[in-house]
Amino acid sequence: MTKHNLRRVFVWELPVRVYHWINALCIVVLCVTGYIIARPPGLQSASEASFSYWFGINRFIHFVASYIFIFNFIFRLYWGFVGNQYADWKNFIPTTRKFFHEMWAVLKIDILLKKNSEHLSIGHNALAGFIYFLTFIAFAVQAITGFGLYASMSDWWLPNLFAWVPGIVGGDFVLREIHHATMWFFILFVIIHVYLVFYHDYVEGRGETSSIIGGWKFIEEETFQKELEEKKEMEEA
Amino acid sequence: MTPSTSTKRSTYYEELRQKGYSRRDFMKFCTTIAAYLGLEATGVAQVSKALMTQSRVPVIWLHFQECTCCSESFIRSSHPIVADIVLDKISLDYTETLMAASGHQAEAAMEQTMKDYYGEYVLCVEGSVPVYDDGVYCCIGGKSAEQILEETAAGAKAIIGWGSCACNGCVQAASPNPTGATPIHKLVKGKQIIKVPGCPPIGEVMAGVLVHLITFGRIPELDRIGRPLAFYSKRVHDSCYRRPYYDAGLFVESFDDENAKKGYCLYKVGCRGPMTYNACGVTKWNGGVSFPIQSGHGCIGCSEENFWDNGPFYRRIANFPGFGIESNADKVGAVAAGVTAAGIAAHAIGTNLRKKKLIDNLIEEGKESEKELS
Repeated sequence: MTKHNLRRVFVWELPVRVYHWINALCIVVLCVTGYIIARPPGLQSASEASFSYWFGINRFIHFVASYIFIFNFIFRLYWGFVGNQYADWKNFIPTTRKFFHEMWAVLKIDILLKKNSEHLSIGHNALAGFIYFLTFIAFAVQAITGFGLYASMSDWWLPNLFAWVPGIVGGDFVLREIHHATMWFFILFVIIHVYLVFYHDYVEGRGETSSIIGGWKFIEEETFQKELEEKKEMEEA
Repeated sequence: MTPSTSTKRSTYYEELRQKGYSRRDFMKFCTTIAAYLGLEATGVAQVSKALMTQSRVPVIWLHFQECTCCSESFIRSSHPIVADIVLDKISLDYTETLMAASGHQAEAAMEQTMKDYYGEYVLCVEGSVPVYDDGVYCCIGGKSAEQILEETAAGAKAIIGWGSCACNGCVQAASPNPTGATPIHKLVKGKQIIKVPGCPPIGEVMAGVLVHLITFGRIPELDRIGRPLAFYSKRVHDSCYRRPYYDAGLFVESFDDENAKKGYCLYKVGCRGPMTYNACGVTKWNGGVSFPIQSGHGCIGCSEENFWDNGPFYRRIANFPGFGIESNADKVGAVAAGVTAAGIAAHAIGTNLRKKKLIDNLIEEGKESEKELS
């Protein structure tokens, strides 16, 4: 039995954690209200239409959540330039050989389940980072298609910046289809994301799940010393 | 449009008086059309002044791959003067459907107009242009539609695309589009085309566009894809009288249910109103009698690009491309979610087998510490 001497590392700053949970809440609300907009339940009612507005309210919640979602997303993009090393944009876009190398290593260890306990990254691992980059693209797709659909209903300049979108894809019908199909990306992402968080906590026991609440992860002392050495070497070189 | 100085053509008003319309009829028409154009009260005077002082604008109205429903719609617009003002033989220099001349005479009339009024005439195009096989699928007077369009467009002051054929290609452009039916904006380069889509467009809308051209001498304000904003800036859904049912979440589930009888929203049976930009909800059809939704049938989105290929008319969600008939995004998504769940289950089992040592080590370490503290 190897004993773990764990060391606390502050990984997720408060803005990153707040962003994460606002984002999570928005995605859930947007998927649920969006799905209802696409496939409303069949209701029977004896009352007149003028006494009820639940579908309008459902749409209103969708629009409010989408504004929060988008501004939250823009904030996160900004934080990618001013946040700490684990929040930096370089965690998400494969630019170096090391990044690709680590992506492959993660695939081998976590997905193909090779027997290896090498500690790869303290923040996001490279593969996770790249998947988050894809989700950012999906965020952008949803924001652009969503505002494109919303533009004709709005007088505000912000949604109207996207009034060109329906014309590009061939009308609102196609735009709705894209917006709706992309929703499924989020559903699949959430399933895999939550599972993998549990997986990492279960296999590694480094506080993966609680890190997005408190901000701390725990790494082995040896890993810490190794990282420190690498950093010194880098600085000297 | 400035009146031509080279000829002594009579004004619209004079023509109409000759045809037996009273001044009262004329003013009624001006008021009606100004209202359709969305002008304020003073706009009536502008319209009447323009029609009284300006000599008529020569019009060439071409018919290519189409069904003539646009012309039919136009001559059925609510005010009789609409038909007389342009479509009557006095006003129209060339149109296969309604002109008195035929054969060589007709072609000569068109060529004469193109020559005499170069840069002055309005070109109206009804129908799409087939471009496959050198355009053999639509030839008139020994010329292909593409050739005719190119020749006539060159000297046109303004070009109007009537209907979905000219604007989007319409049903003859539906997959696999055997004749290469092409909307005119893809063939005429460097000229703004006024798109008046719809299958057919509303007669009053067509008349409104023409009267705007005559009254103000310039093309109406257009949206990004070239449709007049006065008629195509709102979705049918936004002006639909059944909209309150939509907001209340009261929907027709099938065409024979109680909800259909009560006139609930047709959203769930495939109404394209929420994706279709047109004036149907306001102007309506056949002199304001009704429009499809009022008659109990969902909008099919006939003024939208690709409406013919956008999935079954009676379903809200289209078939998902590449997955065959009856496959919509939700079905594909649900299957993908199922596959993902199965993959996760397999991965979880695999983890417990392959990473047993790691996991056992963690558990052992934890239990050891617990024991030491007890």
